[in-house]
Amino acid sequence: MSISTIIRGDAERRQSRRAQKSRMKKVSRDEARERKRYRRMGFSNPANPSRSVLLTVLSALMAVYCLFPLVWLLINVTKTQGDFVTTFGLGFGSTFALFDNIARVFQYQDGIFFRWFVNTILYVVAGAGGATLLAILGGYGLSKFRFPGRKAVFAVVIGAISVPGIALAVPQFLLFAKLGLTNTPWSMIIPSLISPFGLYLMWIFSDQAVPDELLEAARMDGASEFRTFFTISLPLLAPGIVTTALFTIVATWNNYFLPLIMLKDSDWYPLTIGLNQWNKQASTAGGEAIQNLVVTGSLITIIPLILAFLLLQRYWQSGLAAGAVKE
Amino acid sequence: MTEQHPENPRPRGEALTAEDTFVRKHRRNWRGWKFVGPFAVVFTFVFVVPICYALYISFFQKKMIGGEQYVGFDNYSRLFADEQFWSAVGRVTIFTCVQVPIMLALAALMALAIDSMKLHGTKFFRIATFLPYAVPAVVSTLMWGFIYGSKYGLVGSLNSVLGTAFDVLSPDTLLAAIGNIVTWEFVGYNMLIFYSSLSTIPHSLYEAAAIDGATEWQIVKKIKLPEMKGSLAITVIFSIIGSFQLFNEPSVLQSIVPGNAITTYFTPNMYAYNLSFMGGQSNYAAALAIVMAIITMAIAYIVQLNSMKEQMK
Repeated sequence: MSISTIIRGDAERRQSRRAQKSRMKKVSRDEARERKRYRRMGFSNPANPSRSVLLTVLSALMAVYCLFPLVWLLINVTKTQGDFVTTFGLGFGSTFALFDNIARVFQYQDGIFFRWFVNTILYVVAGAGGATLLAILGGYGLSKFRFPGRKAVFAVVIGAISVPGIALAVPQFLLFAKLGLTNTPWSMIIPSLISPFGLYLMWIFSDQAVPDELLEAARMDGASEFRTFFTISLPLLAPGIVTTALFTIVATWNNYFLPLIMLKDSDWYPLTIGLNQWNKQASTAGGEAIQNLVVTGSLITIIPLILAFLLLQRYWQSGLAAGAVKE
Repeated sequence: MTEQHPENPRPRGEALTAEDTFVRKHRRNWRGWKFVGPFAVVFTFVFVVPICYALYISFFQKKMIGGEQYVGFDNYSRLFADEQFWSAVGRVTIFTCVQVPIMLALAALMALAIDSMKLHGTKFFRIATFLPYAVPAVVSTLMWGFIYGSKYGLVGSLNSVLGTAFDVLSPDTLLAAIGNIVTWEFVGYNMLIFYSSLSTIPHSLYEAAAIDGATEWQIVKKIKLPEMKGSLAITVIFSIIGSFQLFNEPSVLQSIVPGNAITTYFTPNMYAYNLSFMGGQSNYAAALAIVMAIITMAIAYIVQLNSMKEQMK
């Protein structure tokens, strides 16, 4: 494919997206007009009810609660350590130190923050990626096949969902220590590979998104099970896969207890442990207080996940909706 | 019909009867294991083996002389007489009983509000409420911890402006302060689960109800709330499990809260952690982990696991 066709394809896509957007705008304008008309007539269309100011204000209170700490974070990453301690929490400091803070986060202690960042990515790619893969295969298998031991798998997994993760982590640590796996990336990756909730999601999703008749047809045409899976089922499962992937990524990215017990060497820390260690420094005798770096590091830690959720909204929301049908 | 191999299908053109399809779908064969196998293997290594191992070592004790010794149920009887353990269990029980209903009520109300289509900017509210879920517990706790701080935190600044002396992190309000952090972290997640079950209700149902003269409130009570029951089972179980294993928030707060308000046995999990990693009593900690797992599973089962099982069939 030549570059010009790629560019053209891109331009076309952009154009269709723009068209889609203007269509949506038109629809919402029409709906607003309809609401106005109905209000004047004293009617209410249940599919397009009139907007309530009171309800919006009440919900706005909730939204303020949910966004408030994030706003606090955005304000405080612009402060120097001195301003952080002395100035009002929701006001700006005397100097705008955001870029200085970011630079210092990456320089502090020979740039160990970057190392933590890379570690986190490694754990997420290998751990959450593997967990998603296992959940897709397992959920699909449980949904589409009847095999000996299926009931047992079902019972054990249901039980596993209710075993507290942390109660499990202590035995996992003891076992991994016996095997000499602690303090290596393996001790973080291997336990992350299992996501009972992901399996549950993919199971329900396979039930709904992949019709049995389609598989039957593919089998009749002589496709092997794996070929059927890759060419027919996988594309149908896409929204469910994005949802499962996002949830396993969040679980791995945000994991605190597992690395806390498994990893002793700060070179293998993920971001969560590293940040907490930086914060502890302020309360240890003779430690330098670097709360401005803790706050800035926190922002850098959450940006990738928030971006992922915002950009993939369309997928995970439809994925979850489908997962809920069965309930 | 002869035994069929997936790679060697029946001759083309032969019609498939309904009976055939039935047989095929429900015939037990091992093909499914090709897909479930990898999960099962890793699951065994990560879940089953550690639990069995913990069960095994919980029957031993490290002795000064003679090393590891089989002691039967000694660790368990010691645990049942351990006041620190029971105070930790009591604390998370109170926490669960207060925090979970508040959080789920907020989540359900928000889901109903968003689903009502009566909000200006529905999309904004949906994403704004959910956003905290993407924030790691460590970061949420650090943020709230800084906000709570009475020395140089936001509460401190407000105190000096208003002339008050609130201290959110004092022992009396500490648990509530932690409850607020946990609620903030998970209210959006639960809202989304409720919301997805609401969004599966066909709109024709609302139209029919409206034609029959049902009021808004009747629609909520008779159509929406019953629909939310199924997702309630899931959210209740996950929330109870979550708050029973409370660890991250108090552990991170430890360096922010002045003094020793957060003890080494603040929650059962903190106790287990401190026993095995600070106290070198891993056998005792294993017994604790087993007991906690049994308590949590029992509660989850009693509460609603049965209804969840129904749904998954």
